[in-house]
Amino acid sequence: MAVDVYDLPDTAGHFGQYGGVFVAETLIGALEELKEAYASAQRDPQFLAEFDYELRHYVGRPSPIYHARRWSELLGGAQIYLKREDLNHTGAHKINNCIGQALLARRMCKPRVIAETGAGQHGVATATVAARYGMECVVYMGADDIQRQMANVYRMKLLGATVVPVNSGSRTLKDALNEAMRDWVAQVSDTFYIIGTVAGPHPYPMMVRDFQAVIGRESIAQMLEHCGRQPDAVIACVGGGSNAMGIFHPYIPVAGVRLIGVEAAGDGIATGKHAASLTAGRPGVLHGNRTYLLQDENGQIIETHSISAGLDYPGVGPEHAWLKDCGRAEYVSIDDAEALQAFHDLCRLEGIIPALESSHALAYAGKLAPTLPKDKILLVNLSGRGDKDMHTVADKSGIKF
Amino acid sequence: MSKIQAVFERLQAQGRKALIPFITAGDPDPLLTVPLLHSLVLAGADIIELGVPFSDPMADGPTIQRASERALAKGVSLRKVLEMVANFRADNNDTPIVLMGYANPIEAMGIEAFAAASFDAGVDGVLVVDYPPEEASAFAQTLHRHALDPIFLLAPTSSEARMVQVGALASGYIYYVSLKGVTGSAALDVAAVAARIPEIRARTGVPVGVGFGIRDAATAAAVAEHADAVVVGSRIIEELERSSPEEACEKVRALVAELRQAIDTATNASRGMP
Repeated sequence: MAVDVYDLPDTAGHFGQYGGVFVAETLIGALEELKEAYASAQRDPQFLAEFDYELRHYVGRPSPIYHARRWSELLGGAQIYLKREDLNHTGAHKINNCIGQALLARRMCKPRVIAETGAGQHGVATATVAARYGMECVVYMGADDIQRQMANVYRMKLLGATVVPVNSGSRTLKDALNEAMRDWVAQVSDTFYIIGTVAGPHPYPMMVRDFQAVIGRESIAQMLEHCGRQPDAVIACVGGGSNAMGIFHPYIPVAGVRLIGVEAAGDGIATGKHAASLTAGRPGVLHGNRTYLLQDENGQIIETHSISAGLDYPGVGPEHAWLKDCGRAEYVSIDDAEALQAFHDLCRLEGIIPALESSHALAYAGKLAPTLPKDKILLVNLSGRGDKDMHTVADKSGIKF
Repeated sequence: MSKIQAVFERLQAQGRKALIPFITAGDPDPLLTVPLLHSLVLAGADIIELGVPFSDPMADGPTIQRASERALAKGVSLRKVLEMVANFRADNNDTPIVLMGYANPIEAMGIEAFAAASFDAGVDGVLVVDYPPEEASAFAQTLHRHALDPIFLLAPTSSEARMVQVGALASGYIYYVSLKGVTGSAALDVAAVAARIPEIRARTGVPVGVGFGIRDAATAAAVAEHADAVVVGSRIIEELERSSPEEACEKVRALVAELRQAIDTATNASRGMP
C-alpha cells in the first residue's frame, strides 16, 4: 500500500497503538525536557547545519551506493545495490544517531552521556562521540556480552569510556538497557541517555529515526543518479530497527518501493531460539513503549538468540510494529546459517566483509533476487562492516586464532 | 468506600499514620508468601503492597530485581500471585492488598480479565509502575469498574499540572517517590519531601504515601510526621535475603514491628502526647 500523508508519531508519541511513554513517573520530567530540547533543536538551522557538517567531515558522509555486480550476476536475477554504511567512521550506521544525540546533549548542557550496548557497536559509537565532544561517558553492557566482545570493550576504554558490567537478568542487552535507565533516573540533572535504536519511550523512536533518516534521503538522491529511478525493494536487517527505520522512513511515501525488514531467525523460528519479534512475537509493553515482544504466556520477556549480537533483542522499534500492521513494510526472517552463507558470499564475490547483522539483509536479498527479472533493483542497507565478527565467524568454521 | 480509603479514615481519626510494607510475591519461596503477609499484619501493617515479579523491572533497584528473579525462578506468574491473595483472604478480610508491578504481565492476561480476577481474589488496589497517567486512563476506568483503586506514582520532578492529571484518575492513595532514583536507593531528604506533601494532597485529594529510600526506623518516623503513609520495601527484602526460610516470618515481623513503633511514637509526639 502507498502512504500519501505520513505524520507519525502523534504528539503523545504513538504510532497507532504502538510507541508511547510507558515509564515510571520518575522519568517523565527527563523525557519532557528532552522532548522540548529536541523540538527546539529541530527548528534551529544552526543545529541542523552542525549535524550535517559532522556527518560530512567526521563520519565521512554521504556513504556511497555500490552495485554488487558479480554477486548479482551469480544470482542471475535482480540487480543488488548496497548502501555502504559500513564505510562510516566506526564502521556502522550507529554513529549517525550518536552524533545527533551528543550535539543535543551539549545543547542541553549535560556533560555526561550514558549508553547501553549489546555487541558493543553502539557503545563504541557513543564512546567515540563522547571523546569527540569532551564528555564523560559510561556504557552499560551485560556481563555475558562483555565476555563475548572483549575487543569492543577495550575499544571503548581506549576512547576514555567507563564500561559497567551488568549482572542482572539475562546479563545481555535488555538488562544493560534497564541498568542505563536506572542510572538516568538517578543522575538526570547532568546526564543524557543516548539510546542506540528506535525503541524506548517517546521521543526516542522518533528522534533516532530522524537522525538515521539521512541514510534514506541520500539513497533516494543516489539511486536517481545511478539508476535513474528508485529501487523495487529496500531491504534492511531489524533488531531494534534503527538502520532499517533510517533507510525506510524517507521511502514510506514513495510508491512502488517495497520495504522489507529482515529479522534474526537464529536456529530457526520453530526452535524458539531466535530474535524475530515481529514474525513470532505479540504486542506488549517493554522499555518504555508498546511494540511486538518475544514473551511467554505470562507476559515475561524471554531470552533471544541470534548469531548476530546486534539483532539479539526481544523487542523492536514501535514504528516497525505500526508499518507491519498497516502493511507498508513486510517483515521476514533469516536464520544463522543463511546469514553466515551470505557473509561468506559477499567476502568472496565483492571483497566486502559485512557485519553479521547486515548479512541477514544480504541473505534475504540473495533469496529474492533470483526470483525477479534482471531489470529489477534491490537496495540493501549494508549497515555495518564485519571486522568485529571475525571471532564469531572463525569459531563457527572451527578455526582458532 | 474502598477498603483502602476506610483504613486512611480510621487512622486519621486516631491521629495515626499508615505503614505499608512491600514484599515480592513468591520471594524467597511461593509457600512463604501467605505466612509472610500474615506476619506483616501482626507486626502492624495497615496496607500491604505485593510485588508481581517481572523479568525487566526497570524502575526497581538491584534488591527488588533480585527478589523478582528468585520468584520467577520458582515459576511465580501473575495468576499464581492472585491465588496467593485469595489464600490470604481466607484468614484475613481486612488488610488491603495493593498489587505493584509492570504493565506487560497484566496486558498478557488482558486488562479486563486481570481486573475481574483481581477483584475475585480480594485485591484492593493496583499500581502499575510503567503506566503513567497519559497511558493509563482506560486502565484506571477498568479498575474503578471492578471496585479496585488505581494507585499512581508522583515524583519530585512532577509538575503541578501532572499532580492534577494524576488526581483525576487516582483513588486510594498517591505513592510519592521520595528521591531521584530507583527503589532501595540511599539518602532521603525528609525536609524536601515534607515540603511537597501538602501540595500533592491538595491537588490530588487523596492521602500521600512516601517510599523509595526509607531504610530505618528513624527515617520512617521522620517521614510519618509529614506523610499519610510510609512505604518500606527494599529493606524488608534485604531482611528476607539474610534469613533462613524457617526464621523469615519472625525476622520480618520484628523489623516491621520496629518501624510501626517508631512511626506511632513520632506521630504521638507530634500531636504533643507523651
